[in-house]
Amino acid sequence: MGGFISRGFRGRRRAGAEQAARLPPGQYAESGFPVLTAGPTPRVDLADWRLKVEGLVRNPQEWTWEEAHALPGSSFEGDIHCVTRWSKLGTSFAGVSVDTLLDAAEPLPEASHMVAFCYGGYTTNLPLEDVRGGKAWVVWEHEGKPLPAEHGGPARLLVPHLYFWKSAKWVAGLRLLDHDAPGFWESLGYHNRGDPWREERYWGD
Amino acid sequence: MGRLSWRLSEVTDVRHENARVVTLALQVPDWDGHLPGQHVDVRLTAEDGYQAERAYSIASAPDGSRVELAVERLDDGEVSPYLAGELRRGDQLELRGPVGGYFVWEPDRGGPLLLVGGGSGVAPLMAMVRHRAATGSQVPTRLLYSSRSLEDVIFREELERLDAAGDGLTVTHTLTRAQPPGWTGYARRIDAVMLEEVGWRPGERPLVYVCGPTRLVEAVAGQLVALGHDPARVRTERFGPTGVP
Repeated sequence: MGGFISRGFRGRRRAGAEQAARLPPGQYAESGFPVLTAGPTPRVDLADWRLKVEGLVRNPQEWTWEEAHALPGSSFEGDIHCVTRWSKLGTSFAGVSVDTLLDAAEPLPEASHMVAFCYGGYTTNLPLEDVRGGKAWVVWEHEGKPLPAEHGGPARLLVPHLYFWKSAKWVAGLRLLDHDAPGFWESLGYHNRGDPWREERYWGD
Repeated sequence: MGRLSWRLSEVTDVRHENARVVTLALQVPDWDGHLPGQHVDVRLTAEDGYQAERAYSIASAPDGSRVELAVERLDDGEVSPYLAGELRRGDQLELRGPVGGYFVWEPDRGGPLLLVGGGSGVAPLMAMVRHRAATGSQVPTRLLYSSRSLEDVIFREELERLDAAGDGLTVTHTLTRAQPPGWTGYARRIDAVMLEEVGWRPGERPLVYVCGPTRLVEAVAGQLVALGHDPARVRTERFGPTGVP
């Protein structure tokens, strides 16, 4: 399709050089924080909230809200990218590193992938190399405030180097597997990995 | 499945639905068809190569290589002012799709059906009721549609005809900001009472599709769950301007 020009289109949201370097292909900078969900927002009482790590691990874990907050904290500052084309630059989240959670559970050598499962039934799949080594968090704060329910509170997964549907809202646990198992959107036409810099939006991208 | 490739469609018609919303009728070569509720990605390219992409719901029922988009012009937008103000019949528009496999309805998914739309969020719901009529489906369907005023209602005459067809579809409007003289319908934002009066009882296990601005979608979906509807049967899609409500 090279060479096609949209007659009369000039573009109004051209990013400056520094911003442009931070925007993956097809994305634009958004100052707000849009909400995208496939169904109603689950309401989870903190007294009932649990975070589990299960599956192919030596020591399955289950933390209460207080126990999770007693784990060593970890935060992220940087950019996030939604497959619907908005990117939010220079935002921050705080919670706990997925490394901390997995280390506590001691993954078995054959564990290669995980499925994040959520209150409300949502799931998403990730290879362990995408969540190990300081690349992923479970977060309950956004820019210094408790994470609002519509953005995934009490807690969501955060995997900022992939499209944001991988950062599962209302996360309830991580299940380790010895194989890949496509989650909700990955079974409905969206890319299995979702690297924004390779523009992996849909099946076949 | 192969990659969704970019296609160069031709604008065959431009219809002004109201002051802000334009329907673009497109002829898409080699279009594989779509399901009601799906969307397309649109890509605009400037002369210097700068590109902007956005997603738009398809408002038309599956119909060969014809696809219609209802585009609301956002004053601070980049793509919608072009689509709703600049494009003319005979122009070309790059798109790819269809995209999305969850917010879709076909007659064999059954019902009863409750469709709740706000503003231009009615577009994917329109694809559903148009497809329902085109296929002769009798699935009992109720559409609750929130607009600011009667002038803001999109597809008003067509919805009146569909409602009058007597095939099991009823259309209910609420006008939240201004009502014409003699208006006897709802005149407030959708709330739990309205959902109880217009919608189905939770025991009837309706399939529910909600599309509109974030605030409407969050409120309606929450009220439906509070009324006792199964969250797994309530599908939502955010629509309209990005950013916080």
